[in-house]
Amino acid sequence: MPEIVLEEREGLLSRLSGALSELMAERWMKGAFIGLIGVYLTVLVALPLYGLLSKSLYDKTGAFIGLANFTRFFSEAALFSSLSHSFFVSMTATAFALPLGFAFAYCLTRTSVPGKKVFRAMAMAPLLAPTLMHGLVLIYLFGKKGLVTKGFFGAAQALFGVSGFDIGLYGATGIIIAEALYAFPPVFLILSVALSMTDARLYEAAEALGASKFRIFRTITLPGVKFGLVSAFFVSFISSFTDFGAPKVVGGSYNVLATDIYKHVIGQQNFSMGAAVSVILLIPTALAFLANHIIQRRQSAGVAAKAVPYSPGINPARDRLAFLFCAFISLLFLVYLGVGLYASLVDVWPYKLQLGFRHYDFNATGGGGYAAYFNSLRMAFYSAVAGCVMAFGAAYVLEKFKEFPRLRQFCSQLSLLPMALPGLVIGLAYIFFFNAPGFSIEAIGLYIPNPLNGLYGTMALLVLSNLIYFHTVSFLTAGTALKQLDNEFESVSESLSAPFTRLLTRVTAPVCLPAILEIGYYFFVRSMTTLSAVIFLYSADLPIAAVAVANMDDAGDTAPAIAMCMLIVVTNLVARLLYGFATSGLQKRTRAWTRR
Amino acid sequence: MTSGREAQNAHLSVWGVCKNFGDFTALDDVSFNAAKGEMLCLLGPSGCGKTTALRIVAGLEFQDAGRVFINGDDVSMRPVSKRNIGIVFQSYALFPNLTAAQNVAYGLVSSGRGRARSRERANELLALVGLPGIGGKYPAQLSGGQQQRVALARAMALSPEILLLDEPLSALDAQVRIHLRSEIKKLQRELGVTTIMVTHDQEEGLTMADRILLMRDGKVIQDAPPDKLYDQPATPFAASFLGSMNFLPALDVGDPKRVGFGRVSLAVLKSAWKKGDPGTCQLAIRPEDVVIRAPGAQDVTYAGNVLEARVASLEFRGPLYRLTLRLVDGPDDCPPLIADVSARLAGRLDLSDGAAVQAIFPVELLHVYAGGL
Repeated sequence: MPEIVLEEREGLLSRLSGALSELMAERWMKGAFIGLIGVYLTVLVALPLYGLLSKSLYDKTGAFIGLANFTRFFSEAALFSSLSHSFFVSMTATAFALPLGFAFAYCLTRTSVPGKKVFRAMAMAPLLAPTLMHGLVLIYLFGKKGLVTKGFFGAAQALFGVSGFDIGLYGATGIIIAEALYAFPPVFLILSVALSMTDARLYEAAEALGASKFRIFRTITLPGVKFGLVSAFFVSFISSFTDFGAPKVVGGSYNVLATDIYKHVIGQQNFSMGAAVSVILLIPTALAFLANHIIQRRQSAGVAAKAVPYSPGINPARDRLAFLFCAFISLLFLVYLGVGLYASLVDVWPYKLQLGFRHYDFNATGGGGYAAYFNSLRMAFYSAVAGCVMAFGAAYVLEKFKEFPRLRQFCSQLSLLPMALPGLVIGLAYIFFFNAPGFSIEAIGLYIPNPLNGLYGTMALLVLSNLIYFHTVSFLTAGTALKQLDNEFESVSESLSAPFTRLLTRVTAPVCLPAILEIGYYFFVRSMTTLSAVIFLYSADLPIAAVAVANMDDAGDTAPAIAMCMLIVVTNLVARLLYGFATSGLQKRTRAWTRR
Repeated sequence: MTSGREAQNAHLSVWGVCKNFGDFTALDDVSFNAAKGEMLCLLGPSGCGKTTALRIVAGLEFQDAGRVFINGDDVSMRPVSKRNIGIVFQSYALFPNLTAAQNVAYGLVSSGRGRARSRERANELLALVGLPGIGGKYPAQLSGGQQQRVALARAMALSPEILLLDEPLSALDAQVRIHLRSEIKKLQRELGVTTIMVTHDQEEGLTMADRILLMRDGKVIQDAPPDKLYDQPATPFAASFLGSMNFLPALDVGDPKRVGFGRVSLAVLKSAWKKGDPGTCQLAIRPEDVVIRAPGAQDVTYAGNVLEARVASLEFRGPLYRLTLRLVDGPDDCPPLIADVSARLAGRLDLSDGAAVQAIFPVELLHVYAGGL
């Protein structure tokens, strides 16, 4: 040992010389990274949002009119109705999604139902498709020529003597069903996390005290998940309130805020009214998000550190009931995907039922066909890669760097903001911001030409809009993973004179790889399916699959539209499989670290 | 407290360090030295500033005022990476995805050695901490004690000037802890590395340290070798933090060799006086220093300070009995006196509740502190 000590001393002086400059270099390098995140979020979130808000105070011609757009909105019944409609459909859809999601989550966490893995995967099925498809499938089931409406092509008449049944799909009914379907996966996810975070000892104590099953449910289970329920409520409300795809397809003449914004902007070219309605859409969304955020913070504070996990025993009657319920819900989702597939293959619905791939040849239709599909694929891939870098990078920099605390806090707050922004709002804000030739700051009489103007109508802008639209969820996922790492890793690494990049590449990133993959998968799937963020930003030379679906549906080409949806679903399924393989491979490796 | 010359001779020297976190004063003018190869223990209750002091020595935290010298160099503004120190954290902070050998080699590789040489050196270090052949295992596959030693090997990999141990044993169970106490101490002696250890466990401090720095509320209360700290605690806090201590109310009667105690007066050594105001004072004696005799027994060893007492209760503790005594002649507000007697003596005296005994306070073991209880 002593000779090794001597050997170390030799390099000591040279190591110490220039220590101060190195220290400053590392500090400023870290500062530069924090600054980069700050600029990224300011340019892509704060400034466009500011532009949108200010635009809502001007009229069509660009004259300042104060709150006139808003007074017009609230005084004209035709405009105002969209707000009450939006509220009505989101609340009703939530009233369906919440109990169903809760029951499904309860079955998977609190009973010994067989096939939990399969059911868990099935619950996520609605996320694989754009919400446009929810509407299209509903049309094939309940629309004017739908399976149910027409009595299964007369089969019901022949077998049971009943003709079809018309539920009056177009309008509120259709939107509510589609939104309930869309909200189901996140509601289920939130509640299954909430239900699995419990302390088994509470139940043992209650049983020992002789409490009835119902009393235990009322006094322990429900209070235990109350934050989860509130959170699921808000998430479901927000997703239904801001969705554009489903109302566009099945809304008919029933106007909601999202479709109104689209009509103002695309139909009437009234951008400032579009901005005003966007603000009206934004306010309840942001409030709901804020409420949810505050509640979640309280929830995380309330979980006991040393809880004993609950493991449900075997109860045949209960488990059978749970199985029936889960199987029923899963069957609905299967039928949903199956009808989509069938409708895309049928030659001429409902007259010529031969199957074939005629509708997958998009030559005869508008929208962009395969070019649109491959653009979407590229966009989703770029978004996944860049999303991983930016969301994980932002979380890493803001969580692990200790320099410039104020700037970091500012960035953290900006990182949460995108979750409160509906896709349409982002899209519209980006039109204003990136399409502007320049900005004049009247107070100081300065005109700055817009350096980002060149991005307008490019793939890069589409990817950027996705990066921001899906930033918050990914940022939080990465943050959770990073928080699980010992804070002293940085100190140890520094004390061993290793640069922070070495710790990042050797330890932090490898340990967080599951979260990074999850983020990539999430970005990919959401970018494949999103319509609202990109519908204002695509250009004729750069068609996008989800937009193509909307345009084909507009043109009455329903079958090719649903064929395109199926392409998206299949692509997402493949992505899901790849993600599954990657994570299971990763788990094998990770198990080596964790197995005793 | 510390002269400049002294500090330059010391291997580690901390001068007048202050640190505030908002309104909270974590360190208030803390100074200490450590000689080359010395093991210094920062001991104190939680919140006393000991961990902050360690982090400032490490360069993980920067002081508001004061300076830190290592080997005569002013390192006050240097970050941890430029101080050549090794740290073992309470959580060990072993990288979970790297094997034990890779963990140990982590700093070696970045210091620019070849991969093969680093691996060789890592295995040497693992053998040194008594873990030969476990290099290929991941931290999760090792026991707590093994993880602790891997962390130690990693900290020692770059032959640091100073080794810092932050509550190194607190995450382990009692058996392993006692074993590792002597292991670490032995290793530290062998390597001759100057070591600062932070702990709230008085036993750990007493058994492992060459010198203890007792801290409270961001201040150093006493800086002394363990035996001196135990035998001559500077303040009532120092007296009660290490081991047990009886505190009894007494009166300063103006005589440096006597204090008033209820209806009697007791002899004290002049040197036992800790400076303070005249008036009330407190007597302090450790339970094991109280001598218990049968009533009426004449003992030539202890001429004075004999008090009549009754046994209020007694508690069997294996090798000894712990007695709770009521002093017959003590002041009215006198708390019960705790005294330890060997089980053998207790048997000989046939002690039981209510029994009368003599409690003797040997004059050289009696401490006096100024101020009331």
